[in-house]
Amino acid sequence: MAMRIVAESARLLGAPRLIPIASTHIDGALYHGDSGTLFAERLVEGGAKVAVRSTLNVGALDLMGCSRIRLEEPQRGMARRMMEAYRKLGCEQSWTCAPYQAGHRPAPGSDVAWGESNAVVFCNSVLGARTNRYGDFLDIACAITARAPDCGLHRPDNRRAKLVFDVSDLSPSFLASEIAWPVLGSLYGREVGNAIGVVTGVTGHPGEDALKAFGAAAASSGAVGLFHIAGVTPEAPDVETILAGPEPEAAIRVTPDMVATARAGLSTAAAPKTIDAVAIGSPHLSHAELDSLERLIAGRKLAVPIYACTGRHALALLEQNGRRKQLEASGVAIVADTCVVVTPIMPDLAGGVLMTNSGKFAHYAPGNTGYAVLYASLADCVESAILGKPVFTEIAA
Amino acid sequence: MSATAEILVPGRAGEGEALVLTAPISFWGGVDPETGRIADVRHPQHGEVIAGRVLFLPGTIGSSSASAVLMELVHNGRAPAALVLHEPDAILLLGLIVAREMGWETPMAVRLERGAFDSYRGAAVTVAPDGAVTAAV
Repeated sequence: MAMRIVAESARLLGAPRLIPIASTHIDGALYHGDSGTLFAERLVEGGAKVAVRSTLNVGALDLMGCSRIRLEEPQRGMARRMMEAYRKLGCEQSWTCAPYQAGHRPAPGSDVAWGESNAVVFCNSVLGARTNRYGDFLDIACAITARAPDCGLHRPDNRRAKLVFDVSDLSPSFLASEIAWPVLGSLYGREVGNAIGVVTGVTGHPGEDALKAFGAAAASSGAVGLFHIAGVTPEAPDVETILAGPEPEAAIRVTPDMVATARAGLSTAAAPKTIDAVAIGSPHLSHAELDSLERLIAGRKLAVPIYACTGRHALALLEQNGRRKQLEASGVAIVADTCVVVTPIMPDLAGGVLMTNSGKFAHYAPGNTGYAVLYASLADCVESAILGKPVFTEIAA
Repeated sequence: MSATAEILVPGRAGEGEALVLTAPISFWGGVDPETGRIADVRHPQHGEVIAGRVLFLPGTIGSSSASAVLMELVHNGRAPAALVLHEPDAILLLGLIVAREMGWETPMAVRLERGAFDSYRGAAVTVAPDGAVTAAV
């Protein structure tokens, strides 16, 4: 059955052959309904096992027991059965959307089959490994067969940039700010769709967490599977090297106005007086991001909860020296193995307002949680959580 | 109005009222898998229900879980009557491929230029077993 699914996908994609793959990251273990559980159990009944290293994306339950998931029976039982089926198939219990910060970093140039849109874009762009955007179910089918359709971003020629996204008109102070990357990512995704672009005008490496935020936002607002940043990402030492032709097919010169519009577009709440919660950690928080959160809260009490979503890889460090207990005493709700937009964690609240520093949460929270969103920097999110009302520091683009 | 479309994924022929989306959509986070209602508040067709409709898709974006949402819609009997795509989308259509493997009856998915979508807007549309997409006059 797994090979039939891989072969049928290859036919749809027009791939002439299958290629061997080195690893997979599997997004299919998140419960969306009984059908996915029944599929995974069918594979287990057939005796299937993954043939390559396979990490798991988030599930619908917090198996670490940090947070209370409001998923009721019978859905809860079906979600648990699904997670169990993927374990039986031989997948690693990583349960994170940031596997690349949990020790799964394929070698540059290697072919892999990854799911979860932000993991795909990070794997291609920042690690330089080669994957297409694998949908749920094809990821596990590739893991079992150790094969993937040879097409798209597995082919070096298709990885070259056709358009330029120039940010050199933006102020250095904006580009150095935390909000620059999620906002630019959201704009980039909307502008380029599924085309390959190269970002120019960035001086200095913005850091891995910034690239993570950029890719996640771009993969939510568009169908971005790969981006390049000239002088930063591994396949783009400079613009000329990565461009597909002597001239780009299109050049987008990003203006401060475009940035202001993109930033405003990340919020859906109209000037609320209060907020009900803050959510951070999409993609899952890294050690460095958890450090920033601790530093910004500085032991103060929150008026509304901050839901901090992370993976068990980062949790291990938090458990040392009582750090997790201190954060929880301030009013932080640590969420492990899952996150607030994929499973019901936050209370149902008509007219609820959620503040976030994540472009991806900003994109999906209104549809998945019913909360209206306000987008702000992590520092503003923390101050707002302490006061229970939105606080914004103006950062001009 | 009738055009013959390439069959992307074979399935049950279908008929229903056309729902022509004017912007790409992410099925995960954009469509409720229980009801088929478009839940993305930023989408121009927010609030419309795709179940039983002939769904015209100019493009898809976002999450790689689109396949899981479409398979769940099939399993819940809330799938579109047929899907008409501007270009093959291997993530979304996997939902149909895997549902077929599970032995569930799936709607057809066909490919048609998005330039032709407008002429079907609001019409009762039939997608025949040979891929003919016809609007009742």
